[in-house]
Amino acid sequence: MGASGAAATVRAMQTAIPAKTESAQEAAPPLRFKISKVNFYYGAKQALYDISLDVPTNRVTALIGPSGCGKSTFLRNLNRMQETIRHTRLEGEILLDGQNILGMDVVKLRRRVGMVFQRPNPFPKSIFENVAYGLRINGYSGSLSELVEKSLRRSALWEEVKDKLSHSAYALSGGQQQRLCIARALAVDPEVLLLDEPCSALDPVTTAKIEELMFQLKDSCTMVIVTHNMQQAARSSDFTAFLLDGRLIERSVTSELFTTPKDPRTEAYITGRFG
Amino acid sequence: MSVRTIWRKSLNVVMLSLTGACALVTVSVLGLILGYLLWNGGKSLTLDFFTKLPTPVGVAGGGMANAIVGSGKLLLLASLIGMPIGVLAAIYLAEFGGKTFSFIVRYTTDLLNGVPSIVIGIFAYALVVVPMHHFSTLAGGFALGIMMIPIAVRSTEEFLRAVPTSLREGAMALGASKWKTIATVIVPAAFQGIMTGLLLDLARVAGETAPLLFTALSNRFWSPGWNQPIASLPVMIYDYALSAYDDWHRQAWAAGLVLLGLVLLVNIASRFLMSRSASFSRG
Repeated sequence: MGASGAAATVRAMQTAIPAKTESAQEAAPPLRFKISKVNFYYGAKQALYDISLDVPTNRVTALIGPSGCGKSTFLRNLNRMQETIRHTRLEGEILLDGQNILGMDVVKLRRRVGMVFQRPNPFPKSIFENVAYGLRINGYSGSLSELVEKSLRRSALWEEVKDKLSHSAYALSGGQQQRLCIARALAVDPEVLLLDEPCSALDPVTTAKIEELMFQLKDSCTMVIVTHNMQQAARSSDFTAFLLDGRLIERSVTSELFTTPKDPRTEAYITGRFG
Repeated sequence: MSVRTIWRKSLNVVMLSLTGACALVTVSVLGLILGYLLWNGGKSLTLDFFTKLPTPVGVAGGGMANAIVGSGKLLLLASLIGMPIGVLAAIYLAEFGGKTFSFIVRYTTDLLNGVPSIVIGIFAYALVVVPMHHFSTLAGGFALGIMMIPIAVRSTEEFLRAVPTSLREGAMALGASKWKTIATVIVPAAFQGIMTGLLLDLARVAGETAPLLFTALSNRFWSPGWNQPIASLPVMIYDYALSAYDDWHRQAWAAGLVLLGLVLLVNIASRFLMSRSASFSRG
């Protein structure tokens, strides 16, 4: 590929991320997650090696890396979804606002840390019932319709569905379904939103809408997004962590990681030499 | 045309005819049964048949009202026993089961399905009739209920497994516990399939005669309550067909027609519901 091709890619990244440098120069924001020395095993096979990562509050942290490097595995540990798989083991410490998530009630944890999956997975219920689901099972009393409307507005879906809330969620397009899943996750007002490649099944127009959404949500919600799309990470995140083979290679402010990566493997990945 | 080509073409024609003929025979069997029943029993399908009790031996007329209601009562009891046990066991197998225990449960369920219905009748006789000292609706319903369990388990489990894991994960990620996920997402998602399976199960059990022969026995009159012998369509058909009276033979044909008609109706309705739900669920 040659140095000129690599340099051109890096220059393209630079032009995509001018605005982020200002936010990076503010005083370091408090940490929502403090993750230390996490090791994770599928049975006898180790998938994550000694990962320590800080996730700042009300910022977007992106996890990038080649397929199979452990990004999704790592993300799914943050709301203990990996526990639903048999024979898995997690070692290390994951602190949410100072509290170890392993000692927490898992139901309460998942109310505070929501998740959006790669493929939209709305329930076979109406649009209203989908968004209201989290509220119902967590015993919210009071006006459900208000909260449902608020969530649908936050995920930029309200205008498109306000007249058909009782219709099946499956009548929506893929992009609308994904925004519905985001609304559903937001309905319980989580402090953190984990997004596992949320746009990989969507077209560019919808992807742009969702990235716009993330920008608007940032002030009230900490986000951790796993993405295969480096340009997306460069566009939408404040901090980026690069994982390779289950290890954290480098983590810094997004603009710095993409313009002046410290580790040669990071540079090799972002310039497309592998992955 | 070479010899090989002629041979190949003839073989094709022969095989097509053979397989086509066998398919035709399969369809004709049902057609013949229906036709026979319609021809012989259709005339005896009067209003009396549905509303009157059987008349004393040798007296013409009368109907099978008590057998129709009796079958209904027995099937109701069978559903109350077989469906909850079947569905809950299936939920366990689909959502919780460990490898060894699930294997044992499935295997024994399949074995239970293969137990001859008359043996189940004997089992119910020993367990219910003997302690109660008489034949009863309870015993008959119990026997039919046991027969319902294996199919209910297997069919419900299939539909529960068909619900995608992504739905389970979506619910759990919102903070739903395992039981809440099952009750509020998985079972509702599989509901139409499960109901269809249970209806078909019921239709199959509706025609069982052997288990009723020495549990519910039969009854020439109404059977109030649950601890008296009760008439049922299959047993009435058996009794009347073996009798010496033409009038009773005619009534047996009519009963056969009613029974088959109900079973077919449930089957067709279930398939219709299934095809509708399949096109609706994943839009």
